[in-house]
Amino acid sequence: MSIDIKTMNVEPKRHTFAHVARRLGSDAPASRYEEGVYDLQATTHFHYRPLWGPEHWHFDEGRTQVKMSDWYKFKDPRQYYYGTYTIARANMHQTTDRNFAFEEKREMLANIDPEWREMIVNYLIPLRHYEWGANMNACSISDTGYGTAITSAAIFTAGDRLGIAQILSRVGISLGNGTGDLLDDAKAQWMNGPAWQGMRKCVEDSLVLKDWFEALVAQFLVMDGLVYPLVYNHIDTEGQKHGAAAISILCEFMVDWSAEHNRWVDAVIKVAAKESEENQALLSSWYSQWRDETHKALQPLAAMVLGDGADSALADVKEQLDKRAGKLGLNL
Amino acid sequence: MTPPRKKKMNLKQRYALMTRGLDWETSYQKMDDVFPYDTFEGIKITDWSKWEDPFRLTMDAYWKYQGEKERKLYAVLDSFAQNNGQLGISDARYVNAIKLFLTGVTPLEYQAHRHFAHLGRHIRGAGPRVAAQMQSLDELRHAQTQIHTISHYNKYFDGFAEFPHMHDRVWYLSVPKSFFDDACTAGPFEFFTAISFAFEYVLTNLLFVPFMSGAAYNGDLATVTFGFSAQSDEARHMTLGIEVIKFMLEQHPDNLPIVQKWVDKWFWRGHKMLGLVAMMMDYMLPKRIMSWKEAWEIYFTEAGGALFEDLSRYGLRVPKYADIATEEAEHISHQNWAIFYQYTQAAGFHTWLPTDEEMAWLSEKYPNTFDKYYRPRFEMWREMEAKGERFYNNALPQLCQTCQIPMGYTEPGDPTKIGFRSTEYKGDRYHFCSDGCKDIFENEPEKFAQAWLPVHQIFQGNCGGADLGDVLKWYHMENGTDNLDYSGSPDQQQWDAWQAARKKVAG
Repeated sequence: MSIDIKTMNVEPKRHTFAHVARRLGSDAPASRYEEGVYDLQATTHFHYRPLWGPEHWHFDEGRTQVKMSDWYKFKDPRQYYYGTYTIARANMHQTTDRNFAFEEKREMLANIDPEWREMIVNYLIPLRHYEWGANMNACSISDTGYGTAITSAAIFTAGDRLGIAQILSRVGISLGNGTGDLLDDAKAQWMNGPAWQGMRKCVEDSLVLKDWFEALVAQFLVMDGLVYPLVYNHIDTEGQKHGAAAISILCEFMVDWSAEHNRWVDAVIKVAAKESEENQALLSSWYSQWRDETHKALQPLAAMVLGDGADSALADVKEQLDKRAGKLGLNL
Repeated sequence: MTPPRKKKMNLKQRYALMTRGLDWETSYQKMDDVFPYDTFEGIKITDWSKWEDPFRLTMDAYWKYQGEKERKLYAVLDSFAQNNGQLGISDARYVNAIKLFLTGVTPLEYQAHRHFAHLGRHIRGAGPRVAAQMQSLDELRHAQTQIHTISHYNKYFDGFAEFPHMHDRVWYLSVPKSFFDDACTAGPFEFFTAISFAFEYVLTNLLFVPFMSGAAYNGDLATVTFGFSAQSDEARHMTLGIEVIKFMLEQHPDNLPIVQKWVDKWFWRGHKMLGLVAMMMDYMLPKRIMSWKEAWEIYFTEAGGALFEDLSRYGLRVPKYADIATEEAEHISHQNWAIFYQYTQAAGFHTWLPTDEEMAWLSEKYPNTFDKYYRPRFEMWREMEAKGERFYNNALPQLCQTCQIPMGYTEPGDPTKIGFRSTEYKGDRYHFCSDGCKDIFENEPEKFAQAWLPVHQIFQGNCGGADLGDVLKWYHMENGTDNLDYSGSPDQQQWDAWQAARKKVAG
């Protein structure tokens, strides 16, 4: 026997919005990602030129040299709209909170060799400023990008980078026995330490880029593509030899986040490169230029932390990134 | 070795390390190149470190609270859809209020997302930058949750399906669009004043609350749940708005005249745009919350009065023309509804004449104006309808160059005379509905002369063609479905059929 609840049968007139139906090719039920993202940005009949930059409308395709027939080709493979984004990050961060509690209970940071502990202040904690620079670039892409597919994913990334900067700050505060002293030391490294000046220059150079797509390539593909595997893979492995297991645990968020974030970055680059030979050439030249500069900038940092192992570690991350870029359709 | 005893930082110190502690003074690139937009307006900031964070929310806390709210909201939306919640609203006329909301307001939430990202990147102080970034995320949330809330209505009612297309084209939607375009094309401190202060702080209770309370009174459980869910975000936005104003005024005495001018401008812009909300409250809600006049008295005259008294210690005074706006609160809803009634053929929602009962309510709520000036007109139109001569205005209206509303407003002190103002700029004559709109133009003529005025555009042949059918097609408005009176509309036919079916089920 089945239970038969009597309800009134009301037939819908349509299954989704007309602009979504046009994109799907029929009036089929659409996902919340599709309804929440497609065509949300105004595209025409703007009223006034910006006082802060009259050469463009405030939403303007011309803010990048990349050309697309449709800016909604940049579909997020994660299908993030605000709800799915915040819920996913809240879940991820729950693990981070547990990891901090786990470390504190066992006082695992005390197991780190004293000289490596100093190294952490010199290589890991200054990254909170690198993340803040990435946050600025992400905001910039959300501000000047074109189409909701890009601008929504970019502001989520801005939130991610601020969140990561704050996790790194927490690590620094824990290492500094609940004070901000080590954050000050790490900031001094970022500002004046010879190992960091190349990277700080790269970041500052990226902050004055006028083309948001170049900023996307520079920050998300190239700088992150070299910094993340160098720090959270090569240097982290080295740290294991110095009793720094706690650092691996506390940085788990970044490793998981980066794998997920790269899916979005790769999708964007791939679609843009596939669109036209002009795009492909443009992206490829940005890639090469930023890869060379970032690679050079990372050398003193890698040398400080990894000594003799620096060259091979850097060669490896570069090779991996080139492979990835090649798969995305860039010409190297 | 025992580690030294841990010193506990207080919340404020810790939050400062987590936010502004991340920032640095750039040296490989000039700070003015990294932050090129925060000086041209003439606002002087001598010490960004004096910024008081209006709220302290680290990203992990943000994700947690917001994620939790989203879980609850979407559970309600799913249940609303599964149970055909649209059957529980007071009357299908109500749905027209949310048509106005989705086409007029939701795209503005998206614009706010974009421009708070602009501020989140370009304000030199890291404290306000973080606050602006969170608001950028919140505004995207509001745009998307509004779409997801109203998505269910779109499945059953007309007028929603083309909302982004319509927002970029339809004559009355250029009113909210140009309002927000104006703010986004201004400098960052003017945007803060326009949106965070004038709009979110001073006027929010006159936009957000009427729609959300309207939803509650009319059985729209989905929209009211969205409203409750967005409330704590709005509270954060308000605290940012008041902090920004105080900060600018405290930083340098030269800021006062600039800020005062912006407050005057954005109060008047807001007042004109909110005329659409006034009409919604007084005419479109089958179950009314309160009149626009009452809302204006409570939320502007009383609450705004107290606010400006508080701000007077900084030298800021009540916005210019506040007295005129208060006088207009007795007229604006009636005049606006009359405009839409006359131009129903080109509106993306349905119109109707108030019933006897509704007119009695309007008489009671507007004892000084309704019976004297507006009832006779509605009664005349009702008689014309009865004779089969429903009145349509087939002439395109002249629009105000600033607020872009058809010039249907009357003179202060004389509700029988339409107000006209005009000015000359570079050999062309520009027209305005009021002194307030004329002043705004004259302060920035090169900006407001650019306005994309829908009626001018139709006459110039940029809107699909010369006759109504062409323009409607260009609007993606289906004639006989999306427009015209509620009476006889497919929405009404369907609603009546549902009611009949429910009666049958109930026996």
